[in-house]
Amino acid sequence: MIISIASGKGGTGKTTIATNLAVALKQKVQLLDCDVEEPNAHLFLNPVIEKKETVNAPVPGIDLSKCSFCRKCMDICRFGAIAVLKKDVMVFDNLCHSCGGCFEVCSENAVVEKEQSLGWIEHGSVNQISFIHGRMDIGQVMVPPIIKKVRSFTDPDQITIIDAPPGTSCPVIAAMNKADFVILVTEPTPFGLHDLKLAFEAVKLLDIPCGLVINRAGVGNDDVNTYAKKEDLPILMEIPFDKRIAQIYSNGQMIADTLPGYKEKFQALFLTIELLVEKTGVR
Amino acid sequence: MKELVVLSGKGGTGKTSITAAFASLTQNTIFCDADVDAADLHLILTPDVKESNEFLGGHEAIIDPERCTLCGRCIEVCRFDAVKSDFRIDPIECEGCGVCVDLCPEQAIEFPVTICGQWYKSDTRFGPMVHARLGIAQENSGKLVSLVRQEAKKTAEKKGLDFILTDGPPGIGCPVIASIGQATAVLIVAEPTLSGLHDMERVGQLCKHFNISAMVCINKYDLNLDLTKEIETLAREHQIECVGKISFDQIFTESMIQKETIFEYNKDSQAIIEVMQIWENIHCQPVFNRLSFIDLHLRGLG
Repeated sequence: MIISIASGKGGTGKTTIATNLAVALKQKVQLLDCDVEEPNAHLFLNPVIEKKETVNAPVPGIDLSKCSFCRKCMDICRFGAIAVLKKDVMVFDNLCHSCGGCFEVCSENAVVEKEQSLGWIEHGSVNQISFIHGRMDIGQVMVPPIIKKVRSFTDPDQITIIDAPPGTSCPVIAAMNKADFVILVTEPTPFGLHDLKLAFEAVKLLDIPCGLVINRAGVGNDDVNTYAKKEDLPILMEIPFDKRIAQIYSNGQMIADTLPGYKEKFQALFLTIELLVEKTGVR
Repeated sequence: MKELVVLSGKGGTGKTSITAAFASLTQNTIFCDADVDAADLHLILTPDVKESNEFLGGHEAIIDPERCTLCGRCIEVCRFDAVKSDFRIDPIECEGCGVCVDLCPEQAIEFPVTICGQWYKSDTRFGPMVHARLGIAQENSGKLVSLVRQEAKKTAEKKGLDFILTDGPPGIGCPVIASIGQATAVLIVAEPTLSGLHDMERVGQLCKHFNISAMVCINKYDLNLDLTKEIETLAREHQIECVGKISFDQIFTESMIQKETIFEYNKDSQAIIEVMQIWENIHCQPVFNRLSFIDLHLRGLG
């Protein structure tokens, strides 16, 4: 079963829920940190890293000795990554989406595949958790291929928890698509509510069953609860606003380990999710 | 024209609340919300939308079953596995590269322009504002960020405004890179948590990579004084000036609920003094022309 943890707004507690849920479970579990721009789950889990690999994407390299400067590669590229000049061809790796169009159209075999590094992936483990995260190189922009690579290690025989990036655009979709369940995490403030609505729209678009965790309950107002009721969005758990919890988080510790009762709360959260997924039928 | 972009790397550290607070302190300014994915600045600045425009961000491939001969060429060339075995294209997976469109021997694939979002020119009680809304699950957020920033600049030039205050997106990816190009400086809002420290370092490296001058302010600094110290040390190592610290204060949430900046909400609070000090420190930085900002006019403090 794949559980993706998402939120429109950043800093609402996605990583808190993902890591605490992982440590609270008794069974074997995978945690995939798909916030490859700013991965944080490792700071809480401290996994022993066992393997590291780079994530590459094919980009075109031009063999000028074969090039006839016909411009077909430039014409098919919709991302402006190739500029054919009179006697030279410029390739902008950063703009390339690795669609392969230029390789297909070149009749002179002058376009050769070259690897561009997008980032890297680390595999590790801690207790019963196998941990994988992606990390994008500074200055890179291609997020979804790294997320897809992290997700390619999904083990169907285990519970897989995905820590998604914030927002509602392509990176988040890549981290939620084809999950069995999405936990939306929000805080009960106007910003939290506004971004929750957007995230909920995205989940509906993907047609995945979902539920809500309200973090820092009590900090703002009741509008999030009212919205959840109206939209039939089940509230799975509420974590109260408590400076102690904020301090535990700030030090990279977990509430399931440090505050009494929380391990059980996260176990109950998982059971609720299992029931909800069963009700909708596992894909 | 000067532009300050507020970033954080990690989400939820207070970018938007602090940007909104600055709105009460600045003059002759246009506001730009570059977090097009999950824009929130409008919830406090409550803009009156004057002009709404469609954002035509990309294309979507659609197979015409009438003309399709099921030859499978599109499945073969698509590197995003977007063409399914029943010769339908999954719009979620489609990258909009158009390779299948160009290489279909029957020319059976249409490639209409898609509306990826909306962008707006508005007025607020603090000055004009340019903001946007990227459609759910859409691509090209970087392109939309560039567009709102360009429009903000154009409007500023037309109206004779000399400052652009931009609320940036979280992360370090495509929209963030689009939000900092050619900016005068970046203010990183950090928080004293392990995640906050880690993410602030990454966004600091990004600014360095693109050669944009960066400053940092630490929000909720009293939550963890040890980590606050670590952030200050790390900032020094990266030659990022620390322009101030803000106390953990409920006033940010309370004023947000009232749709007000912390200055308009006007409750006695340490955070108010700290934010004013940060604003002043920002304009003492060499990258900003301090003369035009030495007179801090406090609207709403009456």
